[in-house]
Amino acid sequence: MDPILDIRNLSIRYQGSAEPAVRNVSFTLGRERLGIVGESGSGKSTVGRAIMRLLDTAELTADKMTFEEVDLLNASERQMLKVRGQRMSMILQDPKFSLNPIQRCGHQIAEAYRTHVRCTKAEARQRAVEMLEQVHIRDPERVYDMYPHEVSGGMGQRVMIAMMLLTSPDLVIADEPTSALDVTIRLQVLRILDGLVRDKGIGLVMISHDLNLVRAFCDRVLIMYAGRLVETLDAKHLDRAQHPYTQGLLAAQPRIGGPRGPLSVLDRQDSWLNAQGEVA
Amino acid sequence: MRLSRRRLNGLTEHGFSILITLFGLLILTFVIGRIMPTDPVRAMVGEDASREVYEHVYQQLGLDKPMWQQFLLYLRDVVTLDFGTSIRTGQPVLQDIARALPATIELATFAIIIGAGLGTPMGVIAAVNKDKWQDQVIRVLSLMGHSMPIFWTGMIALLIFYANLGWVGGSGRMSQFYIGLVPERTNFLLIDSILAGQWDVFWSALNHLILPAALLGYSSSAYITRMTRSFMLDQINQEYVTTARVKGLSRRQTIWRHAFGNIRVQLVTIVALAYGSLLEGAVLIETVFAFPGFGQYLTSNLLIGDMNAVMTCVLIVGVIFIGLNILSDILYRVFDPRTR
Repeated sequence: MDPILDIRNLSIRYQGSAEPAVRNVSFTLGRERLGIVGESGSGKSTVGRAIMRLLDTAELTADKMTFEEVDLLNASERQMLKVRGQRMSMILQDPKFSLNPIQRCGHQIAEAYRTHVRCTKAEARQRAVEMLEQVHIRDPERVYDMYPHEVSGGMGQRVMIAMMLLTSPDLVIADEPTSALDVTIRLQVLRILDGLVRDKGIGLVMISHDLNLVRAFCDRVLIMYAGRLVETLDAKHLDRAQHPYTQGLLAAQPRIGGPRGPLSVLDRQDSWLNAQGEVA
Repeated sequence: MRLSRRRLNGLTEHGFSILITLFGLLILTFVIGRIMPTDPVRAMVGEDASREVYEHVYQQLGLDKPMWQQFLLYLRDVVTLDFGTSIRTGQPVLQDIARALPATIELATFAIIIGAGLGTPMGVIAAVNKDKWQDQVIRVLSLMGHSMPIFWTGMIALLIFYANLGWVGGSGRMSQFYIGLVPERTNFLLIDSILAGQWDVFWSALNHLILPAALLGYSSSAYITRMTRSFMLDQINQEYVTTARVKGLSRRQTIWRHAFGNIRVQLVTIVALAYGSLLEGAVLIETVFAFPGFGQYLTSNLLIGDMNAVMTCVLIVGVIFIGLNILSDILYRVFDPRTR
């Protein structure tokens, strides 16, 4: 089957900076769940936003960058308006900032639908309420009319998921979808996302800095370091990582029941930039 | 209604703070009346009055009483809306102001409509196109509006649009020809002329109003533009704007449907303040256009030391600002669900 996303040698340079933020990243995505892991500033979010073509001031170069039949490198903004929100969407990190504070949650969800489907307000509302049910919100009619500051973080993120999956896109990029949530509700929200992604057969790119989370919820993991893709691994084979950065990250993980010595710390080497990890 | 109790408490608190502000304002105007280096008695009785007449008026005005009693008397006068007579015109101050203020309200309202109508979109355009040519052009335009002295632009504009092109009326509120034609009911010339069905007068008044209003509007649009631009720049980089684009909204929809809604609260505040300072009177433009407005009234009375008039004007300016603050508080609640 053709991949949903096919990216070869993508480099991204922000305007006014000499060094590219991302260089020579290549990967493909099928109907699977792909994790992109890396530290802050490693370029993982930049890759996500480049796929959505949201980086207005950055310069993108690539040998190939396609989403289904759409050539993301050369698509006009007009073409992208049809793709964004309908065929690919993105879940942002913190519902406190990613929902418009002065519009009702339901209105914002319905807007995602009405942007792409001609329908009456009542139909859009109906669809939004159904979607709220699907993200396990018990009282969807009430939540529909609530403002973002009136809902909890977990509920806000479920509103976000409802908004982004309402149009049944083929690709969803989840940019740190649970980093802003309490640990106790992270799993709950992730399960909801995971369930919907499986049911609808959506390709998922999960951007995260949490190795364990990605290991549990993804099929494949890309490790990014300093704007480069250093390693690609099956999630279940994460322990077999070859690259010293990945190995260092894994070694720095605390283990329940493990020895209670100080955790090991990354000892960064310049040679890491050129080291080759395993590419599965 | 589930919020009735809390809202009621809030309203009481609000009303209380308004009362305190008003009280402070009254103290201020009272003090202004006492420390001004003019002798109110001498101003009333004239230079040649005898000592007995002077003493008589002195006591009549209550100036021999202790300060706190004088203040209470002043309070009583204000509450009964007795602001005294103007020494200059010999008429009740309130009656004079009832003429001058509506003229300025007409002028200021048109000016703020032009100013906000021009400044807001320009600010948004400048923010959206930050550092591009649109931003630069708007920057120059608003800098000009801000820094050109308004009496100078007023004269130049009169020269061009009135004397040379003849597009607009010249000085005054209407053509000499129409003065006294319309009965004064509200003293708002535009309203009075409509009430009287005198459309000639209405057009003449509008014609005289439009140029000074446009100039004042342009000058206040400078400030509104700069502020809108910076409010908008704050919003454009917010995550919810990204969300809107992810949903597939165009840039324009993102800006106007999402980002703009979030600057309305701040915008209301600065537009209200700009409107307030326009209402306070634009002495310079009123002078250039011989427009019998509030600013001119206040300034001329200040210069001759007509204290009753000055105190009343200051009081009115204060009340206007308090009123505008209440208005923007109400609009906050309308525009931002978080403040409800």
